[in-house]
Amino acid sequence: MRFHSPASFEDAANIAASATGVTRFLAGGTDVLVQLRADIVEPDDLIDVKQIAGVKDITRRSDGGWDLGVAVAGAEMTEHAALMADWPGLVEGMGLIGSTQVQGRATLVGNLCNASPAGDASPGMMAAGVTVTVTGPNGTREVAVEDVPTAPGRTSLEKGEVVSAVHIPARGANGGDAYLRFIPRTEMDIAVVGCGVNLRLDGDIVTEARVALGAVAPTARLVQDAADAIIGTTLDDAALDALAAAAEAACMPIDDKRGTIEFRTDVAGVLAKRAAKIAYARAKGDTK
Amino acid sequence: MALDNKNNEFKVIGSTPNRPDGLDKVTGRARFGADISVPGMLHGAVVRSPHAHAKIVKIDASKALAMKGVKAVITRADFPEGLEGEDWNLQENAMAGEKALYDGHAVAAVAATSPLAARDAAKLIEVEYEVLLHVTDVDEAMKDGAPAIREGAADYSVPEGLHPNVVRFFDTGMGDLDKGFAEADLVVERSYTTEAAHQGYIEPHACLGQMGADGRGELWCCTQGHWFIRRMSTAVLGVETTNIRVTPSEIGGGFGGKTTITIEPLSLALSRKAGGAPVKMVMNRGEVLRATGPTSSASMDIKMGMTKDGKITAAHGTFRMQGGAFPGAPVDVTTMLAFANYTIENVHHIGYDVITNRPKQAAYRAPGAPMAAFAVESTVDEMCRTLGLDPIETRLKNASRDGTRSTFGPKFGPVGLVESLEAARDHANYKMPLGPNQGRGVASGYWMNWGGETSASVAMSEDGTVTVSVGTPDIGGSRASMALMAAEAFGIAYENVRVNISDTGALGVNEPTHGSRATYASGLATIKAAEECITKMCKRAADKWGIDADAVIWEDGSAKPSGPNAGEFDPLSIGEICAEMGETGGPISGHYEGSPTGFSGSFGTHVVDVEIDPETGHTTVLRYLVVQDAGKAIHPAYVEGQFQGGAAQGIGWALNEEYIYGEDGRLQNPVFLDYRIPVASDLPMIDTVIVEVPNPGHPYGVRGVGETGITPPLPALANAIADATGLRMRGLPMTPPKILAALKAQKNG
Repeated sequence: MRFHSPASFEDAANIAASATGVTRFLAGGTDVLVQLRADIVEPDDLIDVKQIAGVKDITRRSDGGWDLGVAVAGAEMTEHAALMADWPGLVEGMGLIGSTQVQGRATLVGNLCNASPAGDASPGMMAAGVTVTVTGPNGTREVAVEDVPTAPGRTSLEKGEVVSAVHIPARGANGGDAYLRFIPRTEMDIAVVGCGVNLRLDGDIVTEARVALGAVAPTARLVQDAADAIIGTTLDDAALDALAAAAEAACMPIDDKRGTIEFRTDVAGVLAKRAAKIAYARAKGDTK
Repeated sequence: MALDNKNNEFKVIGSTPNRPDGLDKVTGRARFGADISVPGMLHGAVVRSPHAHAKIVKIDASKALAMKGVKAVITRADFPEGLEGEDWNLQENAMAGEKALYDGHAVAAVAATSPLAARDAAKLIEVEYEVLLHVTDVDEAMKDGAPAIREGAADYSVPEGLHPNVVRFFDTGMGDLDKGFAEADLVVERSYTTEAAHQGYIEPHACLGQMGADGRGELWCCTQGHWFIRRMSTAVLGVETTNIRVTPSEIGGGFGGKTTITIEPLSLALSRKAGGAPVKMVMNRGEVLRATGPTSSASMDIKMGMTKDGKITAAHGTFRMQGGAFPGAPVDVTTMLAFANYTIENVHHIGYDVITNRPKQAAYRAPGAPMAAFAVESTVDEMCRTLGLDPIETRLKNASRDGTRSTFGPKFGPVGLVESLEAARDHANYKMPLGPNQGRGVASGYWMNWGGETSASVAMSEDGTVTVSVGTPDIGGSRASMALMAAEAFGIAYENVRVNISDTGALGVNEPTHGSRATYASGLATIKAAEECITKMCKRAADKWGIDADAVIWEDGSAKPSGPNAGEFDPLSIGEICAEMGETGGPISGHYEGSPTGFSGSFGTHVVDVEIDPETGHTTVLRYLVVQDAGKAIHPAYVEGQFQGGAAQGIGWALNEEYIYGEDGRLQNPVFLDYRIPVASDLPMIDTVIVEVPNPGHPYGVRGVGETGITPPLPALANAIADATGLRMRGLPMTPPKILAALKAQKNG
C-alpha cells in the first residue's frame, strides 16, 4: 500500500489517474479505515486529501450559500451556529452518523462517496440541492449530489476524479429542512429508512419542495412525486397522506437483517410525513 | 468474633467506597488481556471456516510458511488424539478436525513476527472444503431429514427414535398434571421462541501463551477463571494440568462467556511449534461473535392452569434448545428454574439439548433461565389479564417462600420473592399513570447461585494492613467487596485492605467468577481466613501478656484481655501486633479452602413501562425498576450496578439482540452495528430497590446478585408491550418490524 498526501486536488487527481490498482481517497477515514481493518478493502494507493489547503474551511458565499471543504467534520458543522440555523436538516443528517469520536472525523463527502444507500448525510444534501465540485485530470466539473451515487458502493466519478468542494445553496426566506431516520436504537446505528425534506413557503402554501429517501433503494434518491404531493398545499392531512403514498411508491427496498420490505416501505411514508412537518414548522420560523 | 447475622451492627459493610481497581481502570494503568506484551513475542491469527458445515479436504500452508516472518502454522494434526467427552468437545471447538461445524470455526492458526504478517499469512493458508448440508434452527434440527451433525453424540438420556441431533434429554416433575389441570378455571397453552444472544463483553478475548517442547509454560489471558482455563487448555493439548501457570489479566466483561477456552490453547500450541516463543492472540469483534459462545436459542411450549382467583394448579413446559455444534445447551437449568417462582403441586418439565451448525454456546448470565422466564412469565401475565387479576398479587399468592417445596424438588429456605414483590408493588413506579400507547409489565425471576471450589489466603503485613489473595477474577467490583468483608472481620478501615487476584501458582483450585459465587464464596473464604489471622494475633497477645489465648478477645481491630484479665493489660492493636510479629513468631496469615454449600438463591421482580410508536413499532423504555434480594448488600452501589447491568442486557435480548443466520448458514451480523446491544441512550435510569433477606449460609448474609437480573426483563418487556398494544409477542427479539407487522395485522382484524 502506498500512502500519498498531495498538496492540491490536481495532484490528487493525477495520482489517482495514474494508479493501477485499488485506489481510495482518505478524508475522515471513518469508512475507509474501518473497511481496511475489516478486510473489506486493501487499497494499493491511499490518497489523503487532508493536507490540501482549505479542506477544513466553512465559508459563507456572497449569495448567502455555503462552501465546505471536503474534510470538514460533522462536529464542526454541528457547532457552526450560522450553518446550523440555515440548514438544520442537512446538518442533523450529518450529525447522526456514528459516535462523538466519529463525528470528529467523518465528512459529508465521505458519506456521499461511500455510496451506502443508508448514508445519513445524503438525503439531507439531496433535499437541500447541494452540488459538489469534482476535480479530475482534465479539470473540474459541478455535479448535483443526487447524481453522485449510482449503486451501493459505486459513484459516477470517473477514474482519477475526486470531490474537491461542497456547495450548499443559499437558504433564502421562508425555507426549512429536516432529516429523520429510523433505527431500532437511539444512536450509533445505521438507518433502516432515512428521509430528508426541504421546502419553502409563501404564507401557508408550500411553493418549493424537495424530498429524498435513504435506505429504501440501491441509492439515496430524490422523489419528485413526493415533492409534487405537497407543493401548492398547506401540508394538510390530505397532502401528508399523498406525500406518504408517493414516498412509499418510490421505495424499492430489500429484505435484510435490518428491516423487511414491508417495514421499510411503511416507515418511509411515516418519516416523510414527520420530516415534512418539521421542515414546515422551521420554514414558519419555529427554531426547534 | 460473631459470625451471626448482625445487619444493624456492621461498621463498614453497606458503605460504598471507591473500588480499589477503579483509578487504574479509568486512567489506563490497568492491564487487560491485550495489554500483555513480552520481548520476542510472536502474534497469532486464526483461519476460520466460511462454511456452516463442511468437510475439510485439504489444508495447504506452504505459501504461508514461505512468507518472511512466519514461524509456525498449526492445524488439528498438532493436537493429540483420543480425547473423550467434554475434553474432546473443547478440542474440536478450539480447532476443527474432519469437519468445520459452523461459520467461524477455527481450522488453522499461524504465528508470525507481527500482527499484520500473521493476518496476511492466514490469508495464504489454503483450505479445501466439501460443503455439507447445514442446519442452524433448533426446531429444524430435530426434524426428520435434518442433516445429522455428528452421529453418536447423544448420551444415555435420549430416548430412541429421536433425531441424532438431540444429544441430551430431561424429564422431571411431580404431582398429578391431569388432576391439576382439572382443578383450573383457565388453561392456557402457548409456544415461544428466543434467539441466541451474545454476552457482548466490550473486551475481546486476548491471551499470550508460552510453551516449550517439554510442555511447560505460562499463559496470560483475560478470563473469569484461570484454573478452568488451565485445566481445559492442557487437556486439549495433552499436557499435564499443572505444567501451565495461568495469570489472569483485568477483564473487560465476561458474563459467563469467559469461563471457557477459545484461542488460549491455540497460542500455547503455536508457541510450542515455534520453538517456545511466546505468542500473543487478540480476537476481533467478528471472531468473538462468530466463534465464541453466545447463549442458546430456544423453542418452548408452556401449558398452565389457574383458578379464577389466581392459584396456579398445574404447569407443563417443553424446552427445545440448541447450543451450537456440541452438547451443552443449558436446558437442565432451564427445566429446573422454569417455574421456580411458584409453588405448584403438579408440574412437569421436558427438555431437549439439540446440536446445530452454530458456535459452541457458552454460559451467559443465568444461563438457561431467561428463556424459560420469557415463556412462563408471559403465560402467567396472559392468564392474569384474561382473569382480570393483578400480576403482583397473583404472584404473591403463588410465590415460593421459606418452607415451600420448589418446582425442582428441594424446599426453599429463607428467600426474598415475597419481599421483592411487595417492594415492587409499593414502589412509586408501579403507580405512575400511563399515557396513550404506553404499557406496564411485571415479571419475576430466580437464580439459585453457587458456592464452588474456593481457596483464599489472608496475610498480615508488617504495617498492620491486610492482604487478601483470592482466585476469582474481579469482574464486577469484587475486590471492593472482599476488602469490605475483611475490614469488617478485622475491625479496620477499608483502606487498610489490599486484594490480589492470584494466579494458579499461588492458591489451590478456584472455580471461576461464575454462578454469582464470588462475593458469596470468596467472601466467605476471606472472612474465615481473617478469623484464622485474628486467632493467631490473639495468641501473640496472650503470649505477650502471659495469659491463656482463650482469655483474649478481638474487638475493633485490637486484641483485648477478657474475663478475669479484663482491663489488666492495654489492648494491642493490629498495627502493634503486626509491627513486632517478626520477633513474636514470624509472619501471620490465614487460609481457607473448601466448597461452601451454604449458598442461597436470589429472587427479583422487575417493573417496566414502555411506549410503542404505533406507526413504526419502535419501543421506548420509559422507566425501569429492579427489585432483588441481595441477602446482604456488601457494597450497595455495586449491587445496584449488577441489577442495572442485568436489566440492560435483558432489555437488549428482549428488543433487538439476535443471531441472524442467512440461508447459507453464515452469521449475517458479526459486528456491533448489526448485533444491537443497547446503547446508553436506549435506556432510562434503571431504578433499584435492594431487598435484604439474609442468607443463613454466609457469615454476613450474602447471596449472589449477578445473574437473577437478566431473567425478568425478557417477559417484563413482552408483558409491557402487551399492556400497551394488546399484542402478545411470543418470539424474541421484539423488533420494530415484528411489532409493526403485528400492529397492522391487529388493525386489519
